[in-house]
Amino acid sequence: MSETRILEVVYRVRRFHPEKDEKPYWQEYTIQVEKGATVLDGLHRIRETTDPTLSYRYSCRMGVCGSCGMLISGKPRLACNTQIEEVLIQGNLVTVAPLPNFDVVKDLVPDLAPLFEKHRAVRPHILREGDALDPEPGTEWLQTPQELDRYVQFTYCIRCGLCMVACPTFATDPEYLGPMPLAQAYRYIADSRDGGFETRREIAGTAHGAYRCHYAGECSNVCPKGVDPARAIQLLKREFVLSYLKVIRHRGKASRSEGPIAGAERKAGVPEAPAYTIEQKPLT
Amino acid sequence: MVERKRYDNRLGFWGWLGGGRWGFERYVYTLHRVTGLGLLGYFLLHILLTTSRAFGEPAWTAWMDRVSGPVFRYVFEPLVFAAFVIHGMNGIRLILVELGFAVGKPEDPVYPYRTSLNKQRPLLVAVMIAAGVVLAIGGVDFFGMGH
Ligand code: SF4
Ligand code: FES
Repeated sequence: MSETRILEVVYRVRRFHPEKDEKPYWQEYTIQVEKGATVLDGLHRIRETTDPTLSYRYSCRMGVCGSCGMLISGKPRLACNTQIEEVLIQGNLVTVAPLPNFDVVKDLVPDLAPLFEKHRAVRPHILREGDALDPEPGTEWLQTPQELDRYVQFTYCIRCGLCMVACPTFATDPEYLGPMPLAQAYRYIADSRDGGFETRREIAGTAHGAYRCHYAGECSNVCPKGVDPARAIQLLKREFVLSYLKVIRHRGKASRSEGPIAGAERKAGVPEAPAYTIEQKPLT
Repeated sequence: MVERKRYDNRLGFWGWLGGGRWGFERYVYTLHRVTGLGLLGYFLLHILLTTSRAFGEPAWTAWMDRVSGPVFRYVFEPLVFAAFVIHGMNGIRLILVELGFAVGKPEDPVYPYRTSLNKQRPLLVAVMIAAGVVLAIGGVDFFGMGH
């Protein structure tokens, strides 16, 4: 006979209703789940069978959108990326709480707006300071594979915020930009097409920016995508120090192709790109 | 927009002690901060003591008597020494790491992820061993034979 595929587990979930509760409390649910089920599957099971009032945030169910970050059995994890069996404590218990260091909106839903505001503050896009981003349509910025290697690791970030929760500095300093925004600042500074070093230094080179980091390294330990924000922040500090020492770095020096890349031909049947639907303005 | 009640879920100092994956570097970070605060306390006391000299010799002697008992000699002084060694040795590692040394180059994230923490760990182990050796030598001097 095949081994049973059903597990009985107890979910201890942190609940908070902003209109009814003064502070959060724990509630337990006993549910049956299939082996291999994720923590997110278990939450769905609770909503479907026991308690439809339970709130949590998710979207893709495959570790891509970054919405389902939670404190699972005491550690920051993505609920959709974590199997229940991996996180059982005391036999068959799993605890689920909202991500700390952010206000709780309801139950397991944290308010990540401060994270996104800090992300926006570091200008997470190619900056050409005065130039149009795409001065001659049809031509391209040229970049070697080596230039790509300088930042590509940091492009895998899904903005889940787990790193902000793990960071001891952010735990006591709400003003600290935090691992995700700083890693993204470096991602663009290290991009040979970007010319926004000075703009970003004003934001990320401050007392609440990169210099607040003292390499506790927890951001890199918890990152579900292997982004290693701790590395990005140290490399960012190096850039700031080098620029302070006036060591010349060739930032924003990528060249543009003379025209459409030679030999690149549209495949038969592939339609032209549609016209822009928004007005094209130079990016500042 | 309607303002709704939120619950402030910030970890505060608890976030220094635990959280994340409870990695080794977190505890070195906390140790660095605590030893830093200890050294700051020592410096304040030191300034207070030396300032007392300006108020004449009796004030100076009274202060010196207060800090030369066995508690200072066998508890606080060794603690200040230990804090100085740990903070200094770990500080050397932090200076190197924060200048981008020992953290490695960006690499493709391939599971199971190896991070810059793995790269700098030999340096961390080396400075901890060096700190241990200096502490042992200091310990012999503080508590060893001849005292
Ligand atoms: S760096 Fe990693 S942990 Fe931080 S937001 Fe990006 S994907 Fe999440
Ligand atoms: S639901 Fe998208 S990352 Fe988990």
